[in-house]
Amino acid sequence: MALSGQPVADADLNPGALVAGGTDLFRGRRASAMGYLGLPIVLAAVCGILFLWLGTQDLGSIERRSLNFERISTAFVEHMALAFVSTIFVIAIAVPLGVLLTRPAARPIVPPVIAVANIGQAVPSIGVLVILALIWTIGFWPAIVALVAYSILPVLRNTMVGLQQVDQPTIEAARGMGMTKRAVLQKIELPLAVPVILAGVRTALVINVGTATLATFVNAGGLGDIIQGGLVSNRQTVVLAGSVLTAALALFIDHIGGIAETRLSPKGL
Amino acid sequence: MPDVTTTAASQPTESMISLQDLSKIFPGQPKPAVDSIDMEIPAGEIVILVGPSGCGKTTTMRLINRLIEPTSGRIILEGEDVTKVNPDQLRRRIGYVIQQVGLFPHHTISDNIATVPRMLGWDEKRIRSRVDELLAMVGLDPGTYRDRYPKNLSGGQRQRAGVARALSADPPVMLMDEPFGAIDPITRDRLQNEFLRLQQTIRKTIVFVTHDIDEAIKMGDRIAILREGSKIAQYDTPERILAAPADDFVADFIGAGASLKRLGLTRVRDIELIPWPTAGVDATRTEVLEALRGSDKGAVLILDDQRRPVRWVGGREIQRSDRPLAEIGLPSDAVVQPHATLADALNEMLKSRFGCVAVVDGSGAYMGSVEFGTVSSVIQELRRDARERSRAEADELHAAGAVNA
Repeated sequence: MALSGQPVADADLNPGALVAGGTDLFRGRRASAMGYLGLPIVLAAVCGILFLWLGTQDLGSIERRSLNFERISTAFVEHMALAFVSTIFVIAIAVPLGVLLTRPAARPIVPPVIAVANIGQAVPSIGVLVILALIWTIGFWPAIVALVAYSILPVLRNTMVGLQQVDQPTIEAARGMGMTKRAVLQKIELPLAVPVILAGVRTALVINVGTATLATFVNAGGLGDIIQGGLVSNRQTVVLAGSVLTAALALFIDHIGGIAETRLSPKGL
Repeated sequence: MPDVTTTAASQPTESMISLQDLSKIFPGQPKPAVDSIDMEIPAGEIVILVGPSGCGKTTTMRLINRLIEPTSGRIILEGEDVTKVNPDQLRRRIGYVIQQVGLFPHHTISDNIATVPRMLGWDEKRIRSRVDELLAMVGLDPGTYRDRYPKNLSGGQRQRAGVARALSADPPVMLMDEPFGAIDPITRDRLQNEFLRLQQTIRKTIVFVTHDIDEAIKMGDRIAILREGSKIAQYDTPERILAAPADDFVADFIGAGASLKRLGLTRVRDIELIPWPTAGVDATRTEVLEALRGSDKGAVLILDDQRRPVRWVGGREIQRSDRPLAEIGLPSDAVVQPHATLADALNEMLKSRFGCVAVVDGSGAYMGSVEFGTVSSVIQELRRDARERSRAEADELHAAGAVNA
């Protein structure tokens, strides 16, 4: 398709798009038990060490208020809700949009749409959050809007690239056999684009897990609450615990995303 | 004004496809890619569209299944005007094979082949037996290949699967766009031969695009040589294009060695075989010498107990040595089967000392021989025939023109 040069050409402006290839240790279906379990074991060990280390520390009342099971589990659930709900919206918007933009008729509107998506990623999320808080409200939904704006580009771009890289002769053969355009899209183009689309979704999910720490500033909760609480009360142990948990969660989600990419990609590729 | 080259083809019995004044002008291009082509494609024949790059041959083929919509003109398929019918429905009636094959990488071979039958709503049992039948037909063992993915097949195997997929719903017409173009020469030759053998049984109407005149001559019942704008320079049987090129463009396109190419058109089974003196491997010396004396040939072909050629034995060798017949003389390794072309036979002949090649049937039993003299007389005959026929038709056309005037 004539579009193919377009998104790739400005990929260097957008770090999110660079994952379009999405290769990792799960490729080639040689996934060993180590491949699936290695990282989770390391992450569990890190969290265990953190827990043991906290046990050796002399924790004051402020620390205790922040670092108890109830507080952490609430923050954790809020955090996951922010990351997953925003990613679901991203998929719901970006995948259909990507399909539309790769249809020949949509060629003229591709540059402006990509420009808007670029702006979404270029503007700092914290700025978007503050603006939304000022003009709209605080809480869960403005945080979701900010996360969606920030992470829509990788999914949009990977959907387009994934559809454009489908081998033209394959599509021609399908059309030549009498498959309708819709059937070609559903049975050939989308399945063949799935690995690349999933790589984009995985990137968006990881971005959202990281960026959701900022949701605390609009009172939307999440693990950012713990970090922010530690910062304002100047308690290093609390900041450290919140940061390690967030990082471990992001890495774990990325890992799950990798497994999903391998498992959900069609066979035979 | 009647186009001489199109009407000169011997009257087709029944046309399967008829292109009438068909044109395609791509937007923004000054010249039409296909400039009002008229063509009759007879049922059950392989018609080759051949021409230099950019002459519009692939465009012309895609106009037939309307992957490219014609700008003007009509397409008649099996007597029905299909210029305006639903293109998706139309394409399900036309098999389509392209050079890159275009198998769906995420579907198994059997799912690939089942694509059109599923669209047509066949039941799964019928589809399964059809898939196995087709795999066997194109020389892929169903048990081995049914559940494989395309990436696990070689180029030649993929093309076989591509042909099977195009045949799946038993369409009367097949369009093939350089189907063997991306395959190594040895495999290509084998696939071409197998395809010709398959065509003997399936008798499809095939429109075949290539840029290779040798492939055109080998595969075609009829060849349309196209020049720029898909203008037909000559549309005729390979024999007559080789013997009587319509103009300099065609002559240039055929290139040198037209006589040699013509040998690729005649098969050994179509010519009269020459009987050589033969003797069984257990025959006595006297019997062999007698057989030799009874003919004008310089050697006797020794056959084993299943009548397979073993040795060429000349009179001198018999007198000089008293070892068994199977050990004297020269090995008779110059053998061809009846479906071999005269070009193959000539090639074998050059290896043999007696200027002769033994023809054997499928089980290797001796049927007769082809000599160099046979080959050269066949060439002369072909040339004379083709010239006479062209002349006769030109006269006829001239006469018809005179009547109309």
